[in-house]
Amino acid sequence: MKPPVTSTAGAELVARVRAGEELACARLMSLAERGDARFAALHDGFFRDLGRARRLGITGPPGAGKSTLVEALALHWRAQGRTLGIVAVDPTSPFSGGALLGDRVRMGRLALDKGVFIRSMATRGVFGGLARATDDVVDVLDLAGRHTLMIETVGVGQSEVDIARSADLTVVVLHPGGGDTIQAMKAGLMEVADLYLVNKADLPGLDRLVQQLQDILEMRELPPDQRPAILTSCATDGRGVAELAAALDAQLEARARSGLLARRRAENFERRVRRLVDGRLRHEVWEVEALGALLAERVAQGLPQAAYGLSDEILTLYRNRRPPEC
Amino acid sequence: MSQVPTGTAAPSLFDRWREAYAKAGEREAAFETVSSAPVKAMATPADVAGTDWEREVGYPGQFPYTRGPYVSMYRGKLWTMRQFAGFGTAKDTNARYKYLLEHGQDGLSVAFDLPTLMGYDGDHPRAAGEVGRCGVAVSSLKDMETLFDGIALRDITTSMTINSPAAIIWAMYLVTGQKQGAKLADLGGTTQNDILKEYIAQKEYIFPPQPSMRLVVDTMEFAARNVPKWHAISVSGYHIREAGSTAVQELAFTLADGFAYVEAAMERGLAVDDFAPRLSHFFNSHVDFFEEIAKFRAARRIYAKRMRDTYGAKNPRSMQLRFHTQTAGCSLTAQQPLNNIVRTTWEALAGVLGGTQSLHTNSMDETLALPTELAVKVALRTQQLLAYESGVANTIDPLAGSWFIEDLTNQMEKGAEEIFARIAELGGVVAALEKGWFQREIGKAAYKYQRELETGRQVIVGVNKFVEADEDDHEIEVLKITEETERECLGNLATLRRTRSAAKVKEALDRIRTDARGSVNMMPAFMQGAEAYCTLGEMVDVLREVFGAWREPAVF
Amino acid sequence: MDEPIRVLIAKPGLDGHDRGAKVVASALRDAGMEVIYGGLHQTPEAIVEMAVQEDVEVVGLSVLSGAHMHLFPRVVELLARAGAGHVLVTGGGIIPAEDMAELQRRGTGRLFGPGAGLRELVDYIRAEISRRRTAARSN
Repeated sequence: MKPPVTSTAGAELVARVRAGEELACARLMSLAERGDARFAALHDGFFRDLGRARRLGITGPPGAGKSTLVEALALHWRAQGRTLGIVAVDPTSPFSGGALLGDRVRMGRLALDKGVFIRSMATRGVFGGLARATDDVVDVLDLAGRHTLMIETVGVGQSEVDIARSADLTVVVLHPGGGDTIQAMKAGLMEVADLYLVNKADLPGLDRLVQQLQDILEMRELPPDQRPAILTSCATDGRGVAELAAALDAQLEARARSGLLARRRAENFERRVRRLVDGRLRHEVWEVEALGALLAERVAQGLPQAAYGLSDEILTLYRNRRPPEC
Repeated sequence: MSQVPTGTAAPSLFDRWREAYAKAGEREAAFETVSSAPVKAMATPADVAGTDWEREVGYPGQFPYTRGPYVSMYRGKLWTMRQFAGFGTAKDTNARYKYLLEHGQDGLSVAFDLPTLMGYDGDHPRAAGEVGRCGVAVSSLKDMETLFDGIALRDITTSMTINSPAAIIWAMYLVTGQKQGAKLADLGGTTQNDILKEYIAQKEYIFPPQPSMRLVVDTMEFAARNVPKWHAISVSGYHIREAGSTAVQELAFTLADGFAYVEAAMERGLAVDDFAPRLSHFFNSHVDFFEEIAKFRAARRIYAKRMRDTYGAKNPRSMQLRFHTQTAGCSLTAQQPLNNIVRTTWEALAGVLGGTQSLHTNSMDETLALPTELAVKVALRTQQLLAYESGVANTIDPLAGSWFIEDLTNQMEKGAEEIFARIAELGGVVAALEKGWFQREIGKAAYKYQRELETGRQVIVGVNKFVEADEDDHEIEVLKITEETERECLGNLATLRRTRSAAKVKEALDRIRTDARGSVNMMPAFMQGAEAYCTLGEMVDVLREVFGAWREPAVF
Repeated sequence: MDEPIRVLIAKPGLDGHDRGAKVVASALRDAGMEVIYGGLHQTPEAIVEMAVQEDVEVVGLSVLSGAHMHLFPRVVELLARAGAGHVLVTGGGIIPAEDMAELQRRGTGRLFGPGAGLRELVDYIRAEISRRRTAARSN
């Protein structure tokens, strides 16, 4: 069975992650995914060493060819000698709680390359804390010294969009003929993009989609230097990939110089801490058994019930609860 | 109440039956085939009212060939009894072929091992543990010569189940025949060579679709011009069915693949009547007896109409669907293996009543390993018993005119046409498979069937009904392939590499590279390669270099 | 048993018949597990690499080609070498009972032949992983 993580073992694990050991990375990631309290403690020990890795969010509607694109970018950067980390997020089934994580099989050419670490993650349900878990998993790759990290999500839910946003740069991937633009708008993807990539550029409808994107950008009335670029690619053939890689590198460089990167990271950090506080508060509140019990009891009495009044009651109960025995 | 028919010209008698039936009650909640298609309680003339019998069913040997491609069918000549075989070294398989020919088999059928199927030599690292395990290892002309040692290729026909490297293996076979003194025009047989179904179902692909289609058309062209008795493709549904498709999916996907090859050949400039007479097909015969018979009959009718009306075929032989059948491997069970003999028997019977031209019957032990001599003999005898004792071969298409069968045949045809329309919407067979459409449809059908097994909605005797606890799986002897086979193959390869002419090898491989980059027919280059004793792996590697490798699209 | 069980399903070797592997992957997902589908034509080395990176508790292999006596032990061996010897190696295909016994002696878990039910497989994985997790916790 998996050897458990004790506190000295924890420090040792972190040391091994710093040394780039794959197994240790994987195990630390699992701790993070589980929301294990020990991860938080370890994180407090290593956070100062984070931030060297560049984080790219790759998101978009299903069918846009994100995995193929990520693989193509990875091959391109690997040829330049960069080390990489890829986190691929796929939805958990709301019915079974299980998930089919089929992204890495689409990146088969990276299979035996130790220079690319691929981790598949499932969204794990509404209160699963997906964004928290992803931030943590990505931190592990950062700590392990990987140069560029790509986080791939299907941009159909708020969480997935949030994840893409919490990167240094966010690429929204679309493709012609998918009715994508409307989808993307609904999910809030249009606002989060630092760059648009229209993949499968050989399909009919390319020009129309690019025009639609340009129109949307016009409407947002951004100053020209802040307007996200629109690039095209055919990831299966590798076309447009080098250009995309160069554009991403250039944009990161420019933002690093101008202070925009620091600002973005600060915003992301703030959002992250708020999320953590929110999550912990929520957990703390509902951990008090009496509160859940009160709610259940009232619901069992039958509707209608006063939603606001009841939540007041619950909060009052929470504030007045007896502190745990010391 | 399910699927009760709507009535005939004699309403009162039928109504009386219907009323009584409603009161009688049914033993199941639903009656379905293994493909989950609903089954009528009973057919009546009303189900086939309005059928133009001469146009839709007609006579054997006459368009649309619903009753069979040949005028006299089994009254003239029985189906070919062709048992698929191959394992171990070429020497081992040569012995098995001689055994089968001695025991009355008419034609040979070659099963190759996975390294051969995937274009690797036995000494390639990826071949480790796989040499000779599920078929015979053929890495060079030398192995092909050993395989047919003492068997005159001029006098038999051979079917070779090989796909991605089919053109190369065929080249080795042709050269072997020539070295025995035969002319190309003497040699008859089939190469399966159906690459489209590999992408869709069996997944033994090497190169991407475009260059693979080019190689297939090369073989069709070469056969049409130089090896007139050869069937260059056996358009296959067997594997599609084994992968979990329904009967109507098997029917439609197979025919669609065939039509894709026809179109590709015509694009090359070949006239349809030049190559279509030598196209053959290969279907599964699964457990639902009537569904299978209807499938076979519908196949012939659909094919005839398409070939004549869409592709402009004029030669009747271009419109006649001729097929080989294999009983369904996926219907066999590891539990109570003797039951498999019975399953295989009625599956074979369905093939015969469906008018197959050749037949392979599975052996009872094939869920456990490759068959022993005893098991394969029983399988062969099964065919002989059907042919000589049952009487079913003594009359032509006896089930024609059965309201139930004709209705089912019509439904199969209709279902297939719906699928053809869907494929066209997706942009054709190649476009659809690149999108992963076929693969997902088959995966869905397979998962649905498995879930129905779990709930008992589908029954497999010995597995989810009439299960025997504490069953001893060892009640029958199983064939063992030892590591000795791999060592022997490696030894042969080492000797070959030492003793052949390196100069001739290089010349041949260079020619393959040049021809692959161009657009000439590659068969002469492959034959030169075979003669020079280039290994399969060497020749395939050159093609991998030029054509690239294929990776599956998303399957879930 | 709160934490979802992570499983890698893959096909080692040259055999491409993936009906079983795909059916099992779907079934495990429907049983609440996180299934990483590793795909076809994988080498044992690639499978182990995936298993390590994904920190799975289970590796499920499907082998119908007869090469199981080579492929299963190789995966077991490489997992141990990579420090992942705790991973349960299970699977199925065309594997005679005596070979299954031998493979278990060499370090695999229970193997499932043709006709094995999905329910059986799911129950086995759940029970075995539960057992292993409990044992780990009490250490």
